[in-house]
Amino acid sequence: MQVEKFYYDNKIVRAFGLATILFGVVGMLAGLWAAIQIYYPAASLNLAATTFGRLRPLHTNAIIFAFVGNASFAGIYYSLQRLCKARMYSDKLSWVHFWGWQAIIAAAAITLLMGKTTGKEYAELEWPIDIAITLVWVVFGINMFGTILKRREKHLYVAIWFYIATWVTVAMLHIVNSIEIPVSALKSYSWYAGVQDALVQWWYGHNAVAFFLTTPVLGLMYYFLPKAANRPVYSYRLSIIHFWALIFIYIWAGPHHLLYTALPDWAQSLGVVFSIMLIAPSWGGMLNGLFTLRAPGIK
Amino acid sequence: MSVILILLIASISVAAVFLIAFLWGVKSGQFEDDYSPASRILFDDKPAVPKQTHRITKTQ
Repeated sequence: MQVEKFYYDNKIVRAFGLATILFGVVGMLAGLWAAIQIYYPAASLNLAATTFGRLRPLHTNAIIFAFVGNASFAGIYYSLQRLCKARMYSDKLSWVHFWGWQAIIAAAAITLLMGKTTGKEYAELEWPIDIAITLVWVVFGINMFGTILKRREKHLYVAIWFYIATWVTVAMLHIVNSIEIPVSALKSYSWYAGVQDALVQWWYGHNAVAFFLTTPVLGLMYYFLPKAANRPVYSYRLSIIHFWALIFIYIWAGPHHLLYTALPDWAQSLGVVFSIMLIAPSWGGMLNGLFTLRAPGIK
Repeated sequence: MSVILILLIASISVAAVFLIAFLWGVKSGQFEDDYSPASRILFDDKPAVPKQTHRITKTQ
């Protein structure tokens, strides 16, 4: 009997984990500081860089892209290797991904405090950083799909489907929403105008929450929750059904962020219809997680 | 509202990619077994040498 030996890369998981803790603290403190200013505006210390208008996007960007982003990467690098029974495709790409992402976070913090912003929610970063995000995302994609292709386990566990959906959809959202015309090194204007810009913005904003915050974390839930409880997920069939329902429905619900605006009524109504339909797949995942934690023997 | 065309093209292209992935998954039997995958992930291969927790082996 031949025994094959290989090693998982745990160092990259640790690095992303430490970055998660660091930016969790930084991002939440920025949020606290911004919140204090609602009640006590003088807390801005009379500095332009620390006024509410600059701290708020710093807070949202830090929490979404630095805190949850690094946490998702840590969880994906940990679980993907074990689910595929393979080391990450390339250690070099793993570290390019790690340091590239941290550099983007640093650049974001500096430019946002300088007041450099596109004014698009969750997409405030200016065009050079947008390009950097695209490049690092491609590196992450090559590394992830390379690992999936060289896997030793034929079956793709449901968590991997969630990771794939995350990568594919975020790539598309980021590119379409970030099409802008640069006028200087740190200033650009959106290619879209008026209510059309608003529609693109909330198509992006809604789905960024879906595919940057929701799908990666659901993937992690499907790996780490059964592991922690040492019990299989409540219903594997439900996980597959709600995954595919989520993928095909979520992307059409963006217009519900533009109710009672200049957006045509039919587009608002359509967005609301899809949002109602979304209750089924989103509760499917939530209940699947909850029922996994129910006491054994209780129906 | 001409921008809706861009959004439709982008969204439908991604939906098409996922549809192909779904059909591939169904054809290649990824969703045939809805019982054992949930249990399989609970079992990790033991490290080849004790005390070296990130070393694992796989028999062929």
